[in-house]
Amino acid sequence: MAPSETASQARVGLGMPAWLKSSSDGWTLFFMLALVCLCLVAISENARNNLTILEVAWQQNIQLLLDGLFIGAIFAFAAYGLALVWGVMNVKNLCQGEYVIMGGYISYCMYANGIHPFFGFPVAIVLMFGFGWLMYFLVIKRVIDRDLFTSLLATFGIAIVLQQGLNLIFGPEVQTARSGLPTATITIGGGSFTFAWIKLAAFLMCGADAGRLALVIVLFMKRSRMGQAIRATAQDPRAARVMGIDTGKVYAFTYSLNAAICGAAGVLIAMIWVIQPFYGITHSIRSFVVVTAAGFGNLPGVITAGLGLGVAEQYSGFVLGADFQQATVVGLLLLVLIWRQIVENKYRRVVE
Amino acid sequence: MLKSHQHAVIIATAATAVAMASPAAAKVEGDTIVLGSALSETGKYSTNGIHAKNGYNIAVDLINKRGGVKVGGKSYKLKIIYYDDESTPARGAQLAERLIRQDGVKYMLGPYSSGLTKAIAPVTEKYRIPMVEAEGASRSLFTKGYRYLFAVLSTSEQYLASAIQLAAEIADRNGKKRSDVKIAMAFENDPFSLDVRAGVLADIRRLGMRVVIDDRLPRDLSDMSATLTKVRALQPDLLVVSGHSKGAATAARQVKELKIATPMIAMTHCESAKIVSKFSAAVNGFLCPTQWAETLSYTGEYFGSAAAFDNKFKATFSGYRTVPYQSAQAAAAVLVWKDAFERANGFDPEKVRDAIAATDMVTFYGPIKFSEAGNNIAKPMVLRQIQDGRYVVVAPSKWASHKVQWPRKVQ
Repeated sequence: MAPSETASQARVGLGMPAWLKSSSDGWTLFFMLALVCLCLVAISENARNNLTILEVAWQQNIQLLLDGLFIGAIFAFAAYGLALVWGVMNVKNLCQGEYVIMGGYISYCMYANGIHPFFGFPVAIVLMFGFGWLMYFLVIKRVIDRDLFTSLLATFGIAIVLQQGLNLIFGPEVQTARSGLPTATITIGGGSFTFAWIKLAAFLMCGADAGRLALVIVLFMKRSRMGQAIRATAQDPRAARVMGIDTGKVYAFTYSLNAAICGAAGVLIAMIWVIQPFYGITHSIRSFVVVTAAGFGNLPGVITAGLGLGVAEQYSGFVLGADFQQATVVGLLLLVLIWRQIVENKYRRVVE
Repeated sequence: MLKSHQHAVIIATAATAVAMASPAAAKVEGDTIVLGSALSETGKYSTNGIHAKNGYNIAVDLINKRGGVKVGGKSYKLKIIYYDDESTPARGAQLAERLIRQDGVKYMLGPYSSGLTKAIAPVTEKYRIPMVEAEGASRSLFTKGYRYLFAVLSTSEQYLASAIQLAAEIADRNGKKRSDVKIAMAFENDPFSLDVRAGVLADIRRLGMRVVIDDRLPRDLSDMSATLTKVRALQPDLLVVSGHSKGAATAARQVKELKIATPMIAMTHCESAKIVSKFSAAVNGFLCPTQWAETLSYTGEYFGSAAAFDNKFKATFSGYRTVPYQSAQAAAAVLVWKDAFERANGFDPEKVRDAIAATDMVTFYGPIKFSEAGNNIAKPMVLRQIQDGRYVVVAPSKWASHKVQWPRKVQ
């Protein structure tokens, strides 16, 4: 290693020019430039007009913020489940969204039978936990030790089977469950905004549940035998097995917990948005974006990313138009990855 | 021991016999004319696929019961060979090949949806097999110069045009200048909705109105609240939405939730999204275009009036509270075939094709007359309004049974 410590630090000190030298960093710069160009194109006259609306009718900001936070809480919820499975089992669960939709259908079924869809919450958690367990022993168990693509294919397969199964049972119509909760209108400064109680309820539920869940999981992970086992398994499955930990049980529990969390999120989705057998993919994508941006094993990160994503979607939908609403999600992910790449590169150089 | 060339002769003869026999026998088997169709019986279009199938079947049954199709002084019965295309275009195209090459079908009925029709039309075109379709409304089907494709339904760019016309009439009535009429548009980014949008834009330009919002909803978007927040800030006179069932359900839910007070809201797919049973009073006053409604005053030789078709359909198939227009237009497609066979007075596909092109008839589904491109130019789209939970025709005024309620009462 030729360069002395001072030299390498000097290179870090130079900042941009230094990391430009490697080719991957060149690509990073290229992407950033492309992104900036895209933004400039997007901030057309139309977007500027929309920004003016936000200034004049400033109450709409509150609307966008609230809608974003409320819906973001649900993203964060489903994403947390994915982070768990990803972190502990290293399985990238592509049927995440389908579990969400299944939860939605559970609450829809209750609604269709005259039971308030809120009661779908405990029912979905229990049923989906059971379903997750079943899926683990039927499929996931067999692919967990294989390489990445096997588990991707397997979970993708589950997703397709679930979509078609739901389609056979419920048909392809769009369904909703009505909570019957009213919408409040609040007028301030001559303008008004509304918020739906159902969204607030969902937010509080997710918030409370996420909080409780976080607490329970932290305690569970630190104190309980199973928690220790999960952590040990996440660190080194083979060593854990040698130490007599039943890793299979740990995996099954983790996977089922994820399904239950998704099911709970689905119950709320059915009451806030709409469900259909093939709409799972939207939720899968959002979960992946949130987890990739936040990193697994980082609960506060997942929650912040989820909420931030919700708000960003609302604002970009308003300012840039609905066509950019989802592009923003992916754009943000790209920015986070680029930023992380830069930081890590600097870090690597220091270590070097 | 047979010599090799004898083998060859036998095989060739057998092959020729098979090749000759099956198609020749299949297009008209004895006293039965065989039609073929790939329909979505499973997959995401299954509901509407079954609606279409029921429509085909009810027309075939009625024609057969009433003496069948008379060609050359002889009476023929109709029969349809169905295959399930699983709602996937690739499968649809394969099945069309199979119907034509293996089953020897010479006369085709359309599949469900524009996407499937787009996949099948090149196949029928290749084999010069005429196809009368009833469920593919996309304008792009009729800009490709297909010679063997005919559609009984109105094309997609006409879907919401009547709503724009209605907004202009209301503005005139209220003494408001047309150039002051503000319109907000939210269309899904898919071929069908963009066709609808093109028609709407053309009418807006023609009438000199102003577009204040023009949002395109991505295909997998289930949240419109950002667009609707903009609607609230800009207060347009008319909000137009098209995004299949998901778009209709999402818009209806969020218009209610965000208490959007736009006096006039028009959207496609109200019926298939079942917004009345889902959101009851909140959707009163919404305007929804339809290809056909049982209250229209069309009358034809078969089925009689639109209302009579409605009654007969409900009596034949259980589980229908309202008869979907998908079934009505499917039945109309079969009537076109019957009429064309009789006028062609023969079974040569080319002659029958020319007879279809010359169709000029009035059915319970409306008048049918094809343009050079193959789409039906005689039948208009009608606009219905949801009044007290019921769909009633409010435009065009020639067929309107009720007056339009304006402004919409915000619940």
